[in-house]
Amino acid sequence: MKGPKVQISCIRSRIAQDANGRFISGAEHTVALRELIGGTSLGGSLSQLAGRSVLLAVTDQFSAALAMIELDGVASRLILWPPESPIEHLPTVLSKGAVDAVVTDHDLAPLSADGIPFQVRASVAITPSANGHLDTQATEWVLLTSGTTGVPKLVGHDLMSLTSAIVNSGEPEAGAVWGTFYDIRRYGGLQIFLRALLGRASLVLSCAGEPVADHLLRLAAHSVTHLTGTPSHWRRALMSPAARTIAPRYVRLSGEIADKTILNSLRAFYPNAAVAHAYASTEAGVGFAVNDGLEGFPREFIASDGDVQIKVEAGSLLIRSRGTAVHYIGEKLALKDAEGFVDTGDMVELRGDRYHFLGRRSGMINVGGLKVHPEEVEAALNRHRAVGMCCVRSRRSPITGSVVVADVVLKTDENHSNEQTVEVKHHILNYCRGMLSRHMVPAALNIVSSLSVSSTGKISRHNE
Amino acid sequence: MSVRSTIISEMQRIAEAEEKNLPPLTDDLVLLQSGLDSLGIAILVARLEDALGLDPFTNSDDLFYPVTLGDFITSYERAESSN
Repeated sequence: MKGPKVQISCIRSRIAQDANGRFISGAEHTVALRELIGGTSLGGSLSQLAGRSVLLAVTDQFSAALAMIELDGVASRLILWPPESPIEHLPTVLSKGAVDAVVTDHDLAPLSADGIPFQVRASVAITPSANGHLDTQATEWVLLTSGTTGVPKLVGHDLMSLTSAIVNSGEPEAGAVWGTFYDIRRYGGLQIFLRALLGRASLVLSCAGEPVADHLLRLAAHSVTHLTGTPSHWRRALMSPAARTIAPRYVRLSGEIADKTILNSLRAFYPNAAVAHAYASTEAGVGFAVNDGLEGFPREFIASDGDVQIKVEAGSLLIRSRGTAVHYIGEKLALKDAEGFVDTGDMVELRGDRYHFLGRRSGMINVGGLKVHPEEVEAALNRHRAVGMCCVRSRRSPITGSVVVADVVLKTDENHSNEQTVEVKHHILNYCRGMLSRHMVPAALNIVSSLSVSSTGKISRHNE
Repeated sequence: MSVRSTIISEMQRIAEAEEKNLPPLTDDLVLLQSGLDSLGIAILVARLEDALGLDPFTNSDDLFYPVTLGDFITSYERAESSN
């Protein structure tokens, strides 16, 4: 009965089948899974969360992991609040998600006087559990993605959609130690969390703000065997002397375009590791993994049969599988088309016998995993008194995948001397720094004499 | 201005704009411990591409990313001499 297609009722029961010698480790705490299944990190409150729509909003990733294990199969809905989410979106998420309980490790009261019905304190300490036999129900897992306006969309999955790529990948390797540079409250990190816990593996978590060298040394101390992150995570890791301390046998990249340089560098750096890059998104689920070490993906991946069906329409990648999300919560927007395909909005181009990724259809810029809407940066630039017109676009970066660059037409037609141009640029960038997050401030700003406007009246962005 | 001095002055400019203090910029300084994080280094690489017309890390045949400031400067000096 333990074939690869087995259905999983809940995470905790699966762990209980084989918890020996396995652990979850964070920057400051490590817990044995055996201890975890006999205890609780939620005080005596787990039974009161049964059947509720729960928002998990903790700062610490380790306590998030403990709560996620406990709440799966108990809460009716579990909404994962990523740690860096702007707090002003909280009321939207509470309302769209019909939240009636919040699990947190900090005080949310001042943020929402009009009410979170029930708050439970998450902790990193495990106490023996009195909740012997809670009825198991299928929990709806909800991830947040930033929509085009920056207001988060709630993407609903169930355990079957989240684990379809995992159960299809065959028997797990016993004794594996997974590590990830992602946060487990985002889709890419959640996949690794589930892969480790539903397989017979252990898991080493990242920690926000931890220097990369310290994280690598922790991964080395736990003899990490499988390690995943974005190309930007990996580039940063390879720039650390501590990258030599780990020896993974499986290296995986996803979440951004994997270029030739990072793929070749990883193969040279970890000669005993299989290096794969994967395509996945919160809505579309896991599309595919590319194991041949080359950029892009082979054209034969476009297929209308099999577990994952992939097609390209108007240059955009579309995916249909059991791994796609179920629906958006709290809005009428359809997540899939009439045939069940999710349009990923990721643009691809066939070159020879491989498809290559070109970036987002929306023009959204991905700076080391942080999303930037060019319009938002343009709005900030346009408020500066010297700026007549501007165009914000993406430039490829060997470090963060992309950076933001801006072309600016100044209001006055006067010719500026070189010194004056430098002065104006400096002033505009300082102005942006006061209004925008760091990753949104243009890395380079070019003063140009004109910008091309398309026939529809829009400024044409020519991404480099 | 030499490649080296262009790199140093761009680093100082970025640090100044972000109100960070740089440690002494010696060749053995680990780049990620220079006070610039990976976003800071990405900004540096973009500015240097504009200033020098060089980006030694994109589609390069080098299989290693720079660990120290010395590695970083050497990559640019090599790219300049092969230009």
